[in-house]
Amino acid sequence: MALPANATLGQQVGYVGLRVICAFGFLFLLLPTLIIMPISFSSGTFLNYPLPCLSLRWYEQVLQPHPWGFAFENSMIVACATTVIATVLGTLAAYGLTMAQFRFKGLLVGFLISPLVVPLVITALAAYFALAKVGLLGTHIGLILAHTALATPFVVITVTATLQGFDHTMVRAAESLGANPINAFFSVTLPLILPGVLSGAVFAFVTSFDEIVVALFVAGPGQFTMPRQLFADLRDQLNPSIIAVATLLTVASICLMALIEILQRRKDNG
Amino acid sequence: MRRRGGFALRRSPGHAALCWGGFGISASSRHAQTTDPSVLAGKLARGDRARKLTALSLIAPLFLLLVCVFGVPILAVLYYSVDNPLVSRILPQTTAAMAEWDGQALPGEAAFEAFAADAKHAYKAKTIARAALRLNYEIAGFRSMTMKAARRIKRLTGPSIKEDLIALDKRWGDIAYWRAIKDASASYTPRYLLAAVDLKMTWDQGLVQAEENRRIYLAYLTETFWISAVVVFLCVVIGYPIAYLIATSKPANQRILFILILIPFWTSLLVRTAAWVVLLQNQGMINGFLIWLGITDQPFEMIFNRFGVYVAMVHILLPFMVLPLYSVMKSISTDYMRAAASLGARPFSAFLSIYLPQTIPGLGAGCLLVFVISLGFYITPALVGGRSDQMVASLIAEFALGTANWGMAAALAVVVLVCVAAIYPIYHRFAGGDRMNLN
Repeated sequence: MALPANATLGQQVGYVGLRVICAFGFLFLLLPTLIIMPISFSSGTFLNYPLPCLSLRWYEQVLQPHPWGFAFENSMIVACATTVIATVLGTLAAYGLTMAQFRFKGLLVGFLISPLVVPLVITALAAYFALAKVGLLGTHIGLILAHTALATPFVVITVTATLQGFDHTMVRAAESLGANPINAFFSVTLPLILPGVLSGAVFAFVTSFDEIVVALFVAGPGQFTMPRQLFADLRDQLNPSIIAVATLLTVASICLMALIEILQRRKDNG
Repeated sequence: MRRRGGFALRRSPGHAALCWGGFGISASSRHAQTTDPSVLAGKLARGDRARKLTALSLIAPLFLLLVCVFGVPILAVLYYSVDNPLVSRILPQTTAAMAEWDGQALPGEAAFEAFAADAKHAYKAKTIARAALRLNYEIAGFRSMTMKAARRIKRLTGPSIKEDLIALDKRWGDIAYWRAIKDASASYTPRYLLAAVDLKMTWDQGLVQAEENRRIYLAYLTETFWISAVVVFLCVVIGYPIAYLIATSKPANQRILFILILIPFWTSLLVRTAAWVVLLQNQGMINGFLIWLGITDQPFEMIFNRFGVYVAMVHILLPFMVLPLYSVMKSISTDYMRAAASLGARPFSAFLSIYLPQTIPGLGAGCLLVFVISLGFYITPALVGGRSDQMVASLIAEFALGTANWGMAAALAVVVLVCVAAIYPIYHRFAGGDRMNLN
């Protein structure tokens, strides 16, 4: 969108104004997380510039087993378990949803993705009540189950989207050549929809890894995840170790985002 | 997914035969000799049914899991908002004795005796405190009054427990407290739901406003709605131009700008909130910068107030506005604007009458998405807001985790849920629910 040579004054003002607003918007979106990152290399305890000296002491502190190592371990356990359950069940359901028409399908889809549309705090409260009733409050299993509810819609949506372009006659071709349905799924369907399944899995992982509200409601001290530890530290003791964690998490999420981008391209090309 | 073959075929067998070739290689080779359309239709219907069964059995595991970990728990929230088991369970004899009481005059000796027996038993079983707390929700001060009575009840020996209790605390002779017991002993109660919108039921007047000092929930709700609305507005003001810029730039730039939006979208919510905590503090970077520039020598109060909440929430929710707007704008042809310009429309009026209407679906989706998400916001206001900036979600958390008042937590959740349910059909009409369609 370039400005024509004979632009009126009004057009010029609009052109410049749009760019000024957008520049402000992009800076607003990106600068805060970037500008704090160098503080994590500070040798002092102040969260401000100028840095007294460069040091890795805060990273050293973050790599200690307590509390961050413990939190990281918990987050990984919960996020990996959530990802496996959500990806397997979500992929099966998405496959089922695309292979036949039946009555109330719209309602069913609506129910399967409804954890996305209910405000998080209500889902968390519901999980809290339910897990308290069955005695799973403050257990890994309870947190994993609650996170699975939040993560599966992402898998269902991404895999369903991938399956939209999938030609089901290929499965029937495989079956006519003697493959049983399970065989056909693993040798024909899965390889073709793998990019979608993997991006669903990454979404599920990030959903669980970043999740804080449900964790606040249903996790006990034994399940302190990374976000919970961050939340606690942000309230109690503000020091550069938080920024070191934030920097590591941001780098990790940018890597995951790049992974999704690559998967999407593979899906679009193939 | 949109294959309607199954339905069409069952209705018209003749048509079925025509479509058959395209449907199944194995079947058509096996039954090459069969020409009767009705036989084919029958086989097809059977195959269709089998496929449906397979499909349903593939969906079933996730469905059942979601029913257990999401559906039933949400129903439990609805249930707990009206559930009222405490008093009738802890004071069963009193509940029974007062079942027939009409509330016109002070109950008789029998009710007092039942209460004394219940209180004695519950005091020993250490459950009386919970019943007393529950009664305190009805009338402030009821808790200490009940606890005192329960402690002394063993020593009350008089011929009339009624007189003894009234002698102990003359409020036991006040009919209002007995009405409260009767209200509180019902198995289900609307009091939490009513309290969540600052109403209460009284014995003789029906629905009235709650007492002044308990009239806080509507204020919380309106604050929550107001904050959400302001956040939506700010997101539109910043997000619309950004989406427009991305959608109208060259494809190569488009990709880069789009990724610049995705980076914050993928960054952890807590990390982004942490960034604002660091930046906005009184000794933080922004104030340090402003003082260094000489703009001010006193730090501005930017955190633990409404300003901080707006800034952090807009920062977190802006991508949710930009992404649906962008996906709509991307498909709008520039020809319309050029046509309008060639017909003499000034740029601004062309924008208003040609471009803006075409972006309404994206705009509506973005607004409602941001609005619904911010209604449930809890973490960010807790970290960057002051006491008066807490939203209804923090109240729900406080009731559930702090004071263990499940009824009130559930009732507030139900009110929010009803608001969202009222908003959602509008969102669905605009967006069709595919908010994850990021590319």
